[in-house]
Amino acid sequence: MLDQIRDLYQEVVFDHNRNPRNFRVMADANRTIEGFNPLCGDRITLYAKVIHGIIEDVSFQGAGCAISTASASLMTEIVKGQTEAEAEKLFETFHRMTTGKNGDDINLEEIGKLAVLSGVRAYPARVKCATLAWHSLQAALKNEGHSISTE
Amino acid sequence: MHPQKTTLDLDAIRQQFPILAERINGHPLVYLDNAASTQKPLCVIDRISEVYRVDYANVHRGVHTLSQRSTDLFEEARETVRRFINARSTHEVIFVRGTTEAINLVAQTYGRSKLKAGDEILISAMEHHSNIVPWQMLAKETGVILKVAPICREGTLLMEDFEALLSEKTRLVSITQMSNALGTINPIKDIIRLAHARSIPVMVDGAQSAPHLPIDVTDLDCDFFAFSGHKLYGPSGIGVLYGKESLLQAMPPYQGGGDMIRRVTFEETEFNELPYKFEAGTPNIADTIALGTAIDFVEAIGMTAIADYEEQLLAYATSKALEIEGLRIIGRAPQKGAILSFTLDGIHPHDIGTLLDQLGIAIRAGHHCAMPVMDFFGLPATARASFALYNTFDEVDTLMDGIRQVIKLFK
Repeated sequence: MLDQIRDLYQEVVFDHNRNPRNFRVMADANRTIEGFNPLCGDRITLYAKVIHGIIEDVSFQGAGCAISTASASLMTEIVKGQTEAEAEKLFETFHRMTTGKNGDDINLEEIGKLAVLSGVRAYPARVKCATLAWHSLQAALKNEGHSISTE
Repeated sequence: MHPQKTTLDLDAIRQQFPILAERINGHPLVYLDNAASTQKPLCVIDRISEVYRVDYANVHRGVHTLSQRSTDLFEEARETVRRFINARSTHEVIFVRGTTEAINLVAQTYGRSKLKAGDEILISAMEHHSNIVPWQMLAKETGVILKVAPICREGTLLMEDFEALLSEKTRLVSITQMSNALGTINPIKDIIRLAHARSIPVMVDGAQSAPHLPIDVTDLDCDFFAFSGHKLYGPSGIGVLYGKESLLQAMPPYQGGGDMIRRVTFEETEFNELPYKFEAGTPNIADTIALGTAIDFVEAIGMTAIADYEEQLLAYATSKALEIEGLRIIGRAPQKGAILSFTLDGIHPHDIGTLLDQLGIAIRAGHHCAMPVMDFFGLPATARASFALYNTFDEVDTLMDGIRQVIKLFK
């Protein structure tokens, strides 16, 4: 009966929700940010170690829904080792994919596994779950204050 | 097996609500988000359009026939509200946008004129944000101190602590009669008695209680009572503040403008009598009239019959929910309205909400505008099924079946 929602809740999402990657406190992080989604009360702490413009390490902590946890987990996997500019560009692409705006020219190769979250565009109420980690990363890279909100 | 004793004619009632025939995501709608807002019966829907088609003009102004007609209908609605809550006089019934505006009105008029730095306002730990934030804003402005009476793990107000917090500095108690996040029904008469013994007035947030319990403000002896039309099968954008006449008389106006004045010169304004002193500007005419229709609708069924039926629904839903492994009910007060707040082990409420929606089941997932309640239970959010007079035992079964499917998907 719930099969039709498999476009959003794919096996990869369940996998990353059950066993989130890079789910740890980073003692030697040089960027830390608190992300908050006031709509659902979800919080995420994002840690990054950025050296000479390269994201050497990234991790997160927090409690969220399956979509936000899987999105954060997938994000940490893919941006690790990227330059700040590459991560910024990837977020822009990811944002277009999840909001469905100008999403026709998405480079599937570029976003790789993140494509499993493309289904969220059919669920506008959940887009912020998928983008919370990315907004947090963006703020961490810009080193803006200590907390951000999706609102 | 469903309980046999059903006091309401559910088929006839459900036929009155056209939206209940909708299909959502290929399934019949099971609407269980009634604590957020209720659906509207045909009589209310039709009344709004009828007002605009045949009865509409501005109120309290013109000498022409339509203006008189709409004024009469508007004031009839006020009398209907007075009867519904058993106020002594229609002077005590003020139309506002909803419960939120009613509480803000009291904070900004009674609060600002009667309370000073160091005075205390007592609320409870189970309040909706609308009964916290207006008082915090007042506190910031005036130096008034906000005190919070604690609750226990089952979600019941700790009455001894509440009484202990009533100090010689307490100038107002503002408390919910029924918690929107937990369902808890507070012993409001005891609360009022304890406060009045110390000459402290009490404001009651009736947003959740007015649609589900018989309300008698004279018997309660509360000083202020607020509720919203949209949770009572009426339109959104219309609500009621009841206040004791002596208190309202002594309060300054809320907003200035037309309708709330008797005489205006550039030097001075003489304010209008109650209740118009608090109703500046052209009111929400059609929705006010339709609120009267909604009240007639629930009164024809009977508030006691509604309360009895919803109690059966809650008892059935609670017993079925407890059979589900990994389900935890948040809010187990002995006195509860038909609200089932719950969590599932390892599954976030937002995921529950999205998945149940795929089965046509509308619930609320989130903090329910009661973040301090969530913090108390150490939860970011809960899932909440809230029932109304048109919900059925079959729908409870559909919900429980849906929850089992969600659990299976996450296994």
